[in-house]
Amino acid sequence: MSFINYSSREINCKLVYYGPGLCGKTTNLHYIYAKTSPEAKGKMISLATETERTLFFDFLPLSLGEIRGFKTRFHLYTVPGQVFYDASRKLILKGVDGMVFVVDSQIERMEANIESLDNLRTNLGEQGYDLDKIPYVIQYNKRDLPSAAPIEQLRNLLNPTKVPEFEACATTGVGVFDTLKAVAKSVLTELKRGS
Amino acid sequence: MSGPDVMFPEEQQQIAMVCQRLQRDANAKAVLLIGRDGQAIAEAGDVEELDVTSLSSLTAGNVAATGGISKILREKDFTSQFHEGEKIHVHITLVGGKAILVVLFDERSSLGLVRLRVKKSSDEMARLFEQVATKAKSKSQPSILTEITDKDIDNLFND
Repeated sequence: MSFINYSSREINCKLVYYGPGLCGKTTNLHYIYAKTSPEAKGKMISLATETERTLFFDFLPLSLGEIRGFKTRFHLYTVPGQVFYDASRKLILKGVDGMVFVVDSQIERMEANIESLDNLRTNLGEQGYDLDKIPYVIQYNKRDLPSAAPIEQLRNLLNPTKVPEFEACATTGVGVFDTLKAVAKSVLTELKRGS
Repeated sequence: MSGPDVMFPEEQQQIAMVCQRLQRDANAKAVLLIGRDGQAIAEAGDVEELDVTSLSSLTAGNVAATGGISKILREKDFTSQFHEGEKIHVHITLVGGKAILVVLFDERSSLGLVRLRVKKSSDEMARLFEQVATKAKSKSQPSILTEITDKDIDNLFND
């Protein structure tokens, strides 16, 4: 749920990165954090297990500049991708304004991608959202790996509604900011449209 | 609604005053008011050295997780939490089901005093949230969103 403060002149929005375990959600946030100037970002928080797997969420606050004298602030969250953390994933989706689904392009992760996308649709539904009606983009991550499936195959399986999609390699940053910009722009456009 | 989705200067000022009074009357180090989605709304007291943004997000996560536990236990909601530290203690309460009131205090105060003062302040805050919601619904205030053009949005994302 976006929050507009007319006193501090701020527009705050929440973006959530979703996807199967080890698809690169946290890596996206790490790259954004590393490449953003200090004045545009807050501290990145990771609630992770001892083995660096996301336990609850990662959080990164970003400022993207001003619109008509209002600062636009985006709070980026990731969910834990592992199947058994479903209760936590549902909590992170509360109040979401825009979604990024991060696909693991490796052919052996296809089933995990499909399962995670189904899970996203179900969990959003439980919170009263419809994936087809909220700002939503897809990122095909790990395009650099030899076992990456062809884009056409991924598109047919995971993007039947043809939402904006981006090829990425989050470890090197390819496609990371394109994905972020697309979803942030879509959130602001939707806010304007719904006003 | 998971949080107050809008805040106007008049109510912001009144809420800030309630936070300041609570901080003073409860002998607290700091008071924070946070939306249930983790957006900081107001603060009072010794906050200069606090990372308010991080604290807000983590507290909202904490409250959300506690809410998840209450659901599993078929309890309506756990409306307050208390974290006892060596030097700093944290009291967390839900305000009108919409926001989270956080009081940080040390040995100069007590849990009893904080609880007592929080009760009065949270009633006042809940009333102010109602006022904001009514105002937002009546659309008596011009919305920034209607002023934003597609070009403004494009400009924000031009490198």
